[in-house]
Amino acid sequence: MSHEITESLARFFIGGAIVSFFAVLAEMFRPKSFAGLFGAAPSIALATLGLTISSHGAHYASTEARSMILGAIAFLCYAAATTWLLWRFKPRALTATLSLLPIWFGVSFALWLVVR
Amino acid sequence: MLVGARLSAIKGIKPHEWIIRFVFGGAVCVAAGLIAQHYGPVVGGLFLAFPAIFPAGASLVETHEKEHKARAGYEGTNRGRIVAAIDAYGAAMGCIALAAFAFVFWIWLPRTSVWVVFPLATLVWLTVAVGLWLLRKRLFHRPRRAATHRPHSS
Repeated sequence: MSHEITESLARFFIGGAIVSFFAVLAEMFRPKSFAGLFGAAPSIALATLGLTISSHGAHYASTEARSMILGAIAFLCYAAATTWLLWRFKPRALTATLSLLPIWFGVSFALWLVVR
Repeated sequence: MLVGARLSAIKGIKPHEWIIRFVFGGAVCVAAGLIAQHYGPVVGGLFLAFPAIFPAGASLVETHEKEHKARAGYEGTNRGRIVAAIDAYGAAMGCIALAAFAFVFWIWLPRTSVWVVFPLATLVWLTVAVGLWLLRKRLFHRPRRAATHRPHSS
């Protein structure tokens, strides 16, 4: 139990630090189309795959990486829909990004159903 | 257009914006681990590409652009939202690089040392992301048709 708590705490602090690092890069770079690349940086993967390999082994982490490809395709659909909505109708960015989040869930789980 | 980096932009990030990013990022990493623990690595892996801070990031881009225009004496609501759309367009290109990163991990991790796969996957991600950005006009933009070449409608 204490091992699980320690691992979760490590994930939280390493994840928070790496995500913040990429967020700073996104803030620094211009033009914004280039800075946006860092919005889809592999921050969660970099933060967690090392811990996953140490606790569950390379094959387990490799299986996670295979599913991550599906998650990335879902992210692409979600980001493309967000771009279109913001460009075409200009709602608030937070409203657009949160209201379209079901696209990520829908596409990723549909792809998971197809390949499982 | 040339790529530039402004270190002064870091000073513009408010303390609560740092906290939002850190807490969201950390929470999604913990959630990804817990989901993998309960539902297995196939479902857990999906969440390694979850748009963790994308909504918060897009909102902050909009706010900063609006504030920037307000300082210059303009009403920047629309401009802020267009810049957020451009940021999302960049993220969409970044997703292809994210998939390339995951592909390298999937193929090479069972065969090679972790110390080789981590830098290799990161290098592939960076190369694909920057390469797509440099080639974006050729790959994704539709060529503008000149008015004189417009076909006659019947």
